[in-house]
Amino acid sequence: MQLEVDHKFSHKHILGLDHLSPEDINFLLRSAASFKEISTRQIKKVPALRGRTVINLFFEPSTRTRLSFEVAAKRMSADTFNIAASTSSLKKGETLIDTARNLAAMQPDIIIIRHSHSGSPGLLARHTRASIINAGDGTHEHPSQALLDMMTVLEHKGRLDGLKIAIIGDITHSRVAHSNIIGFTKMGASVTVSGPATLLPVGIDQLGARVCSSVAEAVEDADVIMALRIQLERQQDPLIPSLREYASFFGVNQRVLSLAKPDAIIMHPGPINHGVELDPDLADGPRSVILDQVTNGVAIRMALLYAIMGGGEG
Amino acid sequence: MAQTILLQNGRIIDPAANIDAPGSLLVADGMIKAVALADQQLPAQPADCRVIDATGKWIVPGLVDMHVHLREPGEEHKETVASGTKAAAAGGFTGVACMPNTSPVNDNESVTALILAKAKEAGFAKVYPVGAISKESDGSTLAAFGELKKAGAVALSDDGRPVENSQLMRRALEYSANYDLLLIAHSEEMSLSRGGVMNEGSFSTRLGLRGVPRVAEEIMIYRDLALAEYVRRPIHIAHISTRESVDLIRRAKLKGCLVTAETAPHYFTLTEEAIADYDTSAKMNPPLRSFDDRQAIQEGLQDGTIDAIATDHAPHSRLEKEVEFDLAANGIIGLETAVPLALSLVRDEIITPTRMIELMSVMPSRILGVAGGTLRPGACADITLIDPDLTFTYTKENVVSKSKNSPFLGWSLQGKAVLTILDGRIRFSSL
Repeated sequence: MQLEVDHKFSHKHILGLDHLSPEDINFLLRSAASFKEISTRQIKKVPALRGRTVINLFFEPSTRTRLSFEVAAKRMSADTFNIAASTSSLKKGETLIDTARNLAAMQPDIIIIRHSHSGSPGLLARHTRASIINAGDGTHEHPSQALLDMMTVLEHKGRLDGLKIAIIGDITHSRVAHSNIIGFTKMGASVTVSGPATLLPVGIDQLGARVCSSVAEAVEDADVIMALRIQLERQQDPLIPSLREYASFFGVNQRVLSLAKPDAIIMHPGPINHGVELDPDLADGPRSVILDQVTNGVAIRMALLYAIMGGGEG
Repeated sequence: MAQTILLQNGRIIDPAANIDAPGSLLVADGMIKAVALADQQLPAQPADCRVIDATGKWIVPGLVDMHVHLREPGEEHKETVASGTKAAAAGGFTGVACMPNTSPVNDNESVTALILAKAKEAGFAKVYPVGAISKESDGSTLAAFGELKKAGAVALSDDGRPVENSQLMRRALEYSANYDLLLIAHSEEMSLSRGGVMNEGSFSTRLGLRGVPRVAEEIMIYRDLALAEYVRRPIHIAHISTRESVDLIRRAKLKGCLVTAETAPHYFTLTEEAIADYDTSAKMNPPLRSFDDRQAIQEGLQDGTIDAIATDHAPHSRLEKEVEFDLAANGIIGLETAVPLALSLVRDEIITPTRMIELMSVMPSRILGVAGGTLRPGACADITLIDPDLTFTYTKENVVSKSKNSPFLGWSLQGKAVLTILDGRIRFSSL
């Protein structure tokens, strides 16, 4: 896909990749590539967002994403504030809209929200004047994660168009999978998914993914294998009999990797259940790009912050 | 003293008498005094008779909504018997059956008596209380059906939730025979639906919302039909929403089972796409389904499989709706939009005007075993005047109900009840 030089990025909020065009995504990937260099400097700071206020509003635990957004905002010279659900008025039963209105009264420019209920970022967007970035909502979307995944693949493969991406695991509960299916498909890659049938949601094919009943079929000739975290906390529903059975039939290991292209890379959005969805030797091996994903996360989030603050004006 | 009223030169639609013809209707002493078709003569009217020009309008028996939630006692911030029946009158309804999921639950004579007293005081519409099947509608033991009947309950339901225990459902079907009370089933297999907030399918996957599979409704309808057939009792299935539900009822009727069924205007008007961007005003239970299901519901209304249109009027305040989709309450208000939405089926030639009045007046009255549903001289004067052409925009400001939770706000609607007469008295008029 051709990179567009003078794309006008006109979104106020980043609620999901569903709302972004391939040109928008290209623009973000391209600007992230240039922002990446800043993090390698001795003085890792540019004044692009000086005087801007960024609030990290996290209702679910997060280490990587929250820190990544905070680092990104600080490297752009924004003032950042973190609110975690455990210390906020939500513990006292305040509604999301009340929280939103109170935060809005302090005039933030950007609110980054993670929430366990799908659609919460949109609700926030309707009740504040700030720009909203979705840092993961329920089982809906996690757009910044998918963008950093695409950036990482682009770095290693030089293109997205025509690639084959295999996503293995709990697709139903994975907002990362949903955003990646939408994003990679928009950029011309093909996405196949596989996992226990209990964890493949109804109608996932209509998001653009091809569903395979076996992992072997899904990873055949794949350029990228993405293993998803199997979420132990979801096991109140009878979804899989045991982690042991999961690991032996759906875990990504050397045998699975050998079915993919010889230069296939391995990704994981973290945190990893080592030895369950991913063989530890692969996670730490030469084909793994998991730490590149983390590095690129900061660059992507810098690009997102910059773009919604008007940095995309041509 | 009730007024003498002449509805002149309208289109009289009285399915019970097989009439759909131009004519006039005279109301006196709270009763329908006479109906004159074409050039038939009406008896002389007194000098103080109020003459209403019904040209271009339908004169129909008062509409009856057999499934509403009036929220009183307990949730008066959403609706009261007075505000709900006022909304009913404004929507063209002269009778409503209110579900027992109030707080406390209507599982005893004092709650039933309270509702009836409030209804009498308000005087906007006849209220037919539906008693609970189980005490506190908790699904464990039978409510006192005899006591409920004596106090004025017309049917029984644990609406809002299913009777999960099949044995309790069987016993309720049997025991209700002693009091000639109809069971209204909210059919939902909870082990499949629990936690779900919209129809399960590609839309729920796209929105990342937990789905309610159609089979949760269908399996329970099958159970309820099987039990009713086994103990040879009638049963009424509430708010059906899927193609297979329509088929199950169609097949049961062919076998001769004593089953009736209702659907709501939102199921024949909307699909799950109405949720769009997490719009909680399109959240209800059962959830809005697919295009194909909507099609099947329309077919069921057309071919007689579905007997009644009931709104499932479910008022909720902003507090219950302006929240995350997962946390929002189920249900929408419906009393004031039922007529225009049903009329759109008439305009699309899916149902005839006569069929519409059967679905909204004749059948609900018969199913509940209450008066009404007819314009026969001598019957109580519960009459609705419908202007089928009047176009209006449905906005928050013109909602009569205390709550405004409707997915139809902002819609341009065609057709409206313009006059509602209850026992010979005008209870609503926008003429």
